[in-house]
Amino acid sequence: MSKKRLIPKLQLRTASYNPNKMVLVVTKQFNEVIEIGDPVSQAKIFQAQAADELIFINIDRHNKDIKKLSGIINKVSEEIFMPITVGGGIKTSDDFRELLSNGADKISINTSAVIRPELITETSEKYGAQCVVVSIDFKKDEQGEYWVYINGGQEKTSYHPLDWALKAEKLGAGELLLCNISFDGMREGLDLEIIKSISENSSIPVIASGGCGLAQHFADGFLKGRADAVAAGSFFAHRDQNFMQTRSQIKNAGINIRMHH
Amino acid sequence: MIGIVDYGMGNLLSVYNAFDYLGAAVTICKHPEDLAGVDRIVIPGVGAFKDCIDKINQTGFFEALNDEVIKNAKPTLGICLGMQVMGKRSFEGGEFIGLGWFDADIVRLAPSDPILRVPNIGWNTIKYNKDVPLFKGLPDEPDFYLVHSYYMKANDPKDVVAVYDYTYDVTASVLKNNIFATQFHPEKSQEFGLKILENFIDWKP
Repeated sequence: MSKKRLIPKLQLRTASYNPNKMVLVVTKQFNEVIEIGDPVSQAKIFQAQAADELIFINIDRHNKDIKKLSGIINKVSEEIFMPITVGGGIKTSDDFRELLSNGADKISINTSAVIRPELITETSEKYGAQCVVVSIDFKKDEQGEYWVYINGGQEKTSYHPLDWALKAEKLGAGELLLCNISFDGMREGLDLEIIKSISENSSIPVIASGGCGLAQHFADGFLKGRADAVAAGSFFAHRDQNFMQTRSQIKNAGINIRMHH
Repeated sequence: MIGIVDYGMGNLLSVYNAFDYLGAAVTICKHPEDLAGVDRIVIPGVGAFKDCIDKINQTGFFEALNDEVIKNAKPTLGICLGMQVMGKRSFEGGEFIGLGWFDADIVRLAPSDPILRVPNIGWNTIKYNKDVPLFKGLPDEPDFYLVHSYYMKANDPKDVVAVYDYTYDVTASVLKNNIFATQFHPEKSQEFGLKILENFIDWKP
């Protein structure tokens, strides 16, 4: 049986103090960006704490330079020996190749998959479905209805998250990365309703994210949301969180996760 | 010198970096003739079986690999698709002939519990044969990272040296003479994965 996975989500953007450098940031509802440090050093800390995988996403709205992103991944892969998913601004099959050849294992696509759904099929056939992670950001609008949003949560689409998830799966996605924008960085728990409906209706692994603030929120994502993995940004980035302790708490809640040694 | 076969598929860098991190002399073999100059061979691979075997054939690696791995019996490690391609045939997207080093078919994972996903992506506990030197130094129930939809179904149970449970025993490693292969990714499995690679560096079949 595959163990349930805990995945730190490392969000990057161009440093405010240096246009040539990318820094790690945390966000709240996709805004209120706070720079918190160097992605490579942080990745090493996560490895020492035996995180199960890492996700790197370039969330910079203006700079989507794939080369710069692949440079970071290249550096990470010299010392990090665990699965790495990379996303942010990936538009073409060549972008996939660039990142895969620099140490990425999986590529996460979001806006480009909505705009050109054939990209999912194309890359799934070329690199294997396991390599194609479709990232879905969503939230409720003023009428209380769920919609998928693209371009860093700025643009509303005509998809309901479940419909888009099932379509992405059909097109060849190997994994789904879900995030409720309104829950992002709030540390009040995941959107279990949507996570559950997508997990139960699709047959590919679901990574839930957006809102974890307590060990219980992870456990809820697995038990109530039926997710295969839970990813978190601010939760893992805050140094006051003891990863090992969190892990024990999640394990004690009855979740089959990997224990360090 | 360890040579990583580059036939144009998959993530070579991680495998290269892992051996480099362990202090081994390692090189990428882009051309079939490069294999003659190395002592150990690693066949990585991510993607689809058909593309993989087609590329091995087109690039001329088929003959070179048979010379160095079978005739010259160099210690060889296959990883993931690099393991599957060592089988006789695969049923991934049709029916295709592999290198045939193991009497095995490559078939789709079929867990009897519908809650289990295919592809199987994640960490699974491996049960392994403790007499195999490549597993030296591992704890009793180590977890390794797997990502696959197909697996090697060996016709000779003697070849199988590790399995994991996915409602039935799925082949995790095979071993035959100088050839060792893993369905899981040692280069992505943190300390235990590095341990296996370290054992491979010193392995005397």
